[in-house]
Amino acid sequence: MISFRMKPENELEKEGRDNIPSPEDEIVCPNCHRTLKKNDILPFMTCSCGHHFRLKARARIGLFFNGFSELFEDEKTRDILSFPGYGDKLEKARKASGENESVITGIASIDGRKVAVFVMESLFMMGSMGHVTGEKITKLFEYALANRLPVIGFTASGGARMQEGLISLMQMAKVSGAVKRHSNAGLLYIAVLTDPTTGGVTASFAMEADIILSEPGALIGFAGKRVIEQTTKKELPKGFQKAEFLLKCGFIDKIVHRKDLEYTLRQLLILHGIEKEGKENIG
Amino acid sequence: MNAYDKVRIARSSGRPTGLVYINSIFSSFIELHGDRRAKDDGAIVAGIAELDGMPVTVIAIEKGRTAAERTMRNFGSASPEGYRKALRLMMEAEKFNRPVITFVDTSGAFCGIEAEERGEGEAIARNLMEMMDLDVPIISILIGEGGSGGALGLAVADRVWMLENAVYSVISPEGCASILFKDSKKAPEAAECLKLTADDALSFSLIERIIPEEGLGTEEFFSALGSAIAEEIRQIRKDADFKEKRYKRFRAF
Ligand SMILES: [Zn+2]
Repeated sequence: MISFRMKPENELEKEGRDNIPSPEDEIVCPNCHRTLKKNDILPFMTCSCGHHFRLKARARIGLFFNGFSELFEDEKTRDILSFPGYGDKLEKARKASGENESVITGIASIDGRKVAVFVMESLFMMGSMGHVTGEKITKLFEYALANRLPVIGFTASGGARMQEGLISLMQMAKVSGAVKRHSNAGLLYIAVLTDPTTGGVTASFAMEADIILSEPGALIGFAGKRVIEQTTKKELPKGFQKAEFLLKCGFIDKIVHRKDLEYTLRQLLILHGIEKEGKENIG
Repeated sequence: MNAYDKVRIARSSGRPTGLVYINSIFSSFIELHGDRRAKDDGAIVAGIAELDGMPVTVIAIEKGRTAAERTMRNFGSASPEGYRKALRLMMEAEKFNRPVITFVDTSGAFCGIEAEERGEGEAIARNLMEMMDLDVPIISILIGEGGSGGALGLAVADRVWMLENAVYSVISPEGCASILFKDSKKAPEAAECLKLTADDALSFSLIERIIPEEGLGTEEFFSALGSAIAEEIRQIRKDADFKEKRYKRFRAF
């Protein structure tokens, strides 16, 4: 039984590419099937029907944060197991995404309020969790703990990274330990789950936040649909593993449209006493 | 013996299952049921017992041996309720300062509709977070299959040991083969690539000890293992810094 994989990786990667429209192109909305032009979906890359297209990590940072300053960008991914084809895959992922790994970490502000930020990049091997992915997120939580900052994290991941074997699996425990320490210090962690958030990321830091938000329509789950169908030989209910389904089951706090996300995050920061920079934190 | 031979051995039905370990190593085992939320998951057996004069909390994934048992145990694939039962008893162990010993043997957490509806991911995530911070010693022993997140959800510990022929992997060799070679029949090749044997895990310092399988299932085997566990718990307890070391243990990966 395979508990960690959504779809064959190449399939997910292909889907990842197809789902991120380049703004120059016309694109057909997979929800309402209308043909849309650049101006129809900007600035949030959303269709008026409510469909949210996937976003590149840096585009997300640009949409929701100011003054982003990247941290830990020099961490270098190694092929620890000498896994067949991994070196080439990493090279391709770097080219496809323009990033060195499946997550970007740093410091930024929302409405002048300083936050530690991680944003996963689905174009990098479907946001799978390599040792550097885990390392950067762990370091970010440790940095946020040392500097008493809240963490806002955007998840997008197909789960563990097969090519790193058990080392990939161990990232789940490693990050969880850092999240726990940050939490024990009374600090705020908000996760925003985006399409898709599955496997080992769902079974670790996506579900460990104080407040779990999600984009509409995002696929969120632990096991892959195909695996569930094969295991149970049952037909899956309509809307299974969509954000709306998880909301109903009680596993996310709120679904927020991209156009309202900045406002929601700002309000949440205010309600947790996160002051604008330059002012003293109260409490 | 190649990696896939070990996978076959780890999965074979003749091996002692979790309950056999509990019944053979500990005395006065009292099974405690349920997650206090929704149900009692048969895939996880847990309770309080005595080991060498110490009260301990024991948690095991049980695959079952007969057809009826396997159905009742869901073939050792735990549901969210199983992980929540385990967590409830670990928190109880912390309250009463009892060390925790887990026996892991699963092809993976249950991949079912109900498991998703009740938050399989959330349940495992919660266990990882709380086990990283639990204020009592934890020893996890992989006795057969260590299937991915379903295994890790009970294997965040101060010491992780593996039986000589146990395997521990992020994905099944069959699943890996179907992605890597587009052919699940090439599982033996995939098993090599995944570095899933106890020797591999030890060489990457992912585990502390390999338990030789000589005499597996005999009284002597369990008695030696019981003594080793008791001795290790005493060692961990002597160390005021053990929780910090657990953090660093996983931090190093
Ligand atoms: Zn639309």
